[in-house]
Amino acid sequence: MPQIKKSFSIKGMHCASCVTILERSLKKVDGVAQATVNLATEKATVTYDPQKVTHQHLSSAVSNVGYEASISDEMIHEADEQAEKQKELKDLKIKVILSLVLGGLILWGSFPVLMQTAPTSLQNFWLQLLLATPVQFWAGYGFYRAAISALRHRTANMDTLVALGTSVAYGYSTFVTLFPQLVASIGISPMPYFDTSAIIIGLILLGRYFEARAKAGTSEAIKKLIGMQAKTACVIRGGKETDISISEVVIGDVIRVRPGEKIPVDGVIVEGESSIDESMVTGESIPADKTKGDTVVGATMNKTGSFTFKATKVGQETMLAQIIKLVQEAQGSKAPIQRLADLVSSYFVPIVIMLAVGTFVVWYVFGPTPVLTFALLNTVAVLIIACPCAMGLATPTAIMVGTGKGAEHGILIKDAESLETAHKINTIIFDKTGTLTNGKPEVTDIIPFGSYSKDEVLKIAASIEKGSEHSLAEAIVKASEVKNLSLSRIEKFQAIVGHGVEGVVDGQKIIFGNRRLMDREGVDIKAVGNQIATMESEGKTVMMLGTSKQLIGLIAVADTIKESAKAGLAELQKLGIEVAMITGDNERTANAIAKQLGISRVFAEVLPDQKEAEVRKIQAEGKKVAMVGDGINDAPALAASDVGIAMGTGTDVAIEAADITLINKDLKSVATAIALSKKTMRTIKMNLVWAFGYNIILIPVAMGALYPFFHILLNPIFASVAMATSSISVVTNSLLLKRR
Amino acid sequence: MTPDKIIVTIVGLAGIAFTYWFFLGKREKEVAVSDSSVDIIVEGGYSPETISIPKEKTTKVNFIRKDPTSCLEEVVLGDFKIRKYLPLNQKVTVELTPQQTGEFTYSCGMNMYHGKIIVK
Repeated sequence: MPQIKKSFSIKGMHCASCVTILERSLKKVDGVAQATVNLATEKATVTYDPQKVTHQHLSSAVSNVGYEASISDEMIHEADEQAEKQKELKDLKIKVILSLVLGGLILWGSFPVLMQTAPTSLQNFWLQLLLATPVQFWAGYGFYRAAISALRHRTANMDTLVALGTSVAYGYSTFVTLFPQLVASIGISPMPYFDTSAIIIGLILLGRYFEARAKAGTSEAIKKLIGMQAKTACVIRGGKETDISISEVVIGDVIRVRPGEKIPVDGVIVEGESSIDESMVTGESIPADKTKGDTVVGATMNKTGSFTFKATKVGQETMLAQIIKLVQEAQGSKAPIQRLADLVSSYFVPIVIMLAVGTFVVWYVFGPTPVLTFALLNTVAVLIIACPCAMGLATPTAIMVGTGKGAEHGILIKDAESLETAHKINTIIFDKTGTLTNGKPEVTDIIPFGSYSKDEVLKIAASIEKGSEHSLAEAIVKASEVKNLSLSRIEKFQAIVGHGVEGVVDGQKIIFGNRRLMDREGVDIKAVGNQIATMESEGKTVMMLGTSKQLIGLIAVADTIKESAKAGLAELQKLGIEVAMITGDNERTANAIAKQLGISRVFAEVLPDQKEAEVRKIQAEGKKVAMVGDGINDAPALAASDVGIAMGTGTDVAIEAADITLINKDLKSVATAIALSKKTMRTIKMNLVWAFGYNIILIPVAMGALYPFFHILLNPIFASVAMATSSISVVTNSLLLKRR
Repeated sequence: MTPDKIIVTIVGLAGIAFTYWFFLGKREKEVAVSDSSVDIIVEGGYSPETISIPKEKTTKVNFIRKDPTSCLEEVVLGDFKIRKYLPLNQKVTVELTPQQTGEFTYSCGMNMYHGKIIVK
C-alpha cells in the first residue's frame, strides 16, 4: 500500500517543546512512518499508511497532548480517494489476470471443440474444480461480501446477481464432480460448468476495471480545477519577502508575483503592471493587460510583468474556490430525466431474481431434456446479463462530464436541472446595456468642418468637457487621452442645463452641446441636418461644437456593441433560437442597436422592475425563455426565466441569481452553453435508451424467449461479456462528450 | 406432471414470493434525529436508511463507510446538490439545512443503494 504525505495546521503551539511532544505523539500512531512539526508555520507533515491511519487517528494524537489539529476533510478525502482508487485498480488487475488465466485453462479443457487440443489433465473435473475454486472465492470474494452485507439490509444489487449466478454454476459443477454417478442416475450427463463461473467472474471484474478507469475521467474537470491552485505565495510582511503556503495567506497581505508565476489568491494590484492569462479560470483566450487598481484572479498566470497586489479574497472565498464549489454542486445534483431510472433501479434487482427463479421453473417444467442443464444455464444467464449499473450511470456520468466541460470553457452551470432545461430553450432575451453593449459610451464619429481637423475638434471638445461630470463628457475626454492630445486651458466654463457647456479656449468662445444650444447661440446647423439625423437613427447621441458664429464639428457618442455580440447572436440563430432584446432605452436607440445585430424583437423603454413581467409575457406564449443579463440588476428577470444566464464576474450575487454564469463574458458562450446542454441531453438519452433497451431486450433473450422460434439460447459467458461492456459503453459514451 | 416438476414449481413460486416479500415488502424504520447530528453507517446499504430531520435547522449527517464495495464509495444527495466521496472507515459530514418539508431520497453513486431523508 503506498504511503501518503499530508500537511495540516495545528493550533495551540507556543514553544519548541511543543514540536517534540507533537512529533512523538504522531509517530506513536500505528501506521505513521514520519511526522515533522514546524513551529514557525504551525503545521505538521505526516507520512502514513492510509489503510491503517485515519484522519481521526491523527486528530486524536494531536488532541491527546493538548493541541488542536485542523485537518481539512476535502484534502484528506482527495488523497485517500486517490490512494484507495490506486489500490482498488491494482487489486482488480491481479484478480482479472488470475481469473481469466485459470478460467481460460478450464475453458480449454471443457469447451466442446477446444478440449480436443487440450492436455488430458485439463479435462479432469477435479483439476477444473481446483482451478475454479480460487477464482470463485478469492477473486469473487468481493461479490459475496457485498451481496451478504446488502442482504442484511434486505437490499440486492449487481453483486447479488453475480454472486448468485456464479454460485449456481459453481455449486452445480462441484456437485457433478463430487457425485457423477448420482447425476448420471437421473439421466443427466455429469458435465460441470466451471468454465462458466470462472470466466464470468474474470470478465465482470475486467469490466469493473475498465469502468473504474473510465469513471475517473468523468470527474477530471474538478481535479483539473483543484490542481490549478498555486501552492505558495511570495508575501511581503514587515518589508521582507517570504514564500509561504497558500493556506497561510490572509486578507490584506501584499503579495509579489513575478513573470511566469501563478497568481495565488484574488486581489487588487497595488504596484506594477502586467499581462495576465486568465484563460484557465474564465476561458477568456486573450491575455488581459492589468495595472494598478485592477483586480487579479487567483490561479491565473502572470505573463510578462512583475507586480505586487493586495489579497482581498483567500481560501474558500476566492473565485476559483467558488467555481469549484459550484461545479461540485452541479455534479451532485439530479436531473429530472433521471427520475425514471431512479424508480426502475429500486425494483430492478429483486425483479431480475424473480425472473431468474421463474426461468428455472419454466425450463425445468416445460423445457427439453436435459431439463436441469437448460434450466440452470438459462437461470445463470438471466442473473448475469442483467445490468442495473448502466442505468445508474447513464445520467450522472453525462452530467459530470457536461458540467465539467462547461467549467473549462468559462460556463458555470448551477445544477443538472438547469442543464436539462437549457436544451429546450427556443427564445433568448438579451438585456442591452452591459450585456450586448459595453455599457460605457464611446466616441464613434468625429466630423470636422472648415479648416479644423478631427483631432482639433476632439481636442477643443475634450478641453471644454474636462470640467464636466456628464458620462458623455467622460467618453470624449477618454478618446482624447487615447490619442495623446494635450488639452488647452479653459476659462469661464459654464454648464447650461439641458443644453450643453460653454467656455473660452485659447481666447475664443466655444460652445458644445445639443441643437437647443446651437439655436440659442444662433449657430446655423441646417446644412448638416441630414448627417445628424443619420447618426441619430443609428442610436448615437450627436453633440455639436461651435464658436459663437459657426459650427466647427460634430462628435457622436454611443454605447458600443460588444465584439462577440454579432457572432454570438448569429450562432444562436443558427441553432434556431429566436433572439429578443430588452432595454430601458428609448425606441430609436434600441431599434438602432437591434438593427445592427439583426434582432427583430425589441422591448424598449422597459424599466428594470418591468423586465420580469416581459419575460413572463413571452413565457405565456408557450415559449421556453432564457434571459441573459448582468446577474445583479436583472436578478428578478433571470429568476423568472426558464434559464437565467448571467454575464458574470464570478461574484456570489451573479452566481446565485443565475442558472448559468458565463464568467468569460463572451456572448458566443450563450450558444456554446445551449449547444452543450443539447449534447449532454442527447448523450443522456442515448445512455438511457441503451441501458433500458439492453435490459429489456437481452433479459428475455437470456430467459430463452428466442428458443421456441429460432432455437437460440444465450451462453452465460456471452451474457457476462454483454454485461461488462454495457456499463463501460455508458461511461465511455459520456466521456465522448468531451470531444463532441 | 411428474412429482419433481410439481416440487420445482411449488418451490419456485415460493421463491418468487419470498424474494418479493424479502426485498420489496420491507418496512422502512424511520429514525428521528433529535440532537442535530446523526451517524449513518454505510455497509451493504445505509443504516439507518430513513431519517427524519427538522425543517430550517442544520443537521449534521455523518456517513461512515465500512464497506469496501466500490458501488458505495460515493453518496449522492441529489436534492441537496451533494455528491461526496466516502473514504473507507472515515466520517464524512454533510450539513443539511432543508428549507422545505418532504421526502428526499439519496443513493450511492451508481444508484443501487437508497436511503431517505424526511424533512418535517
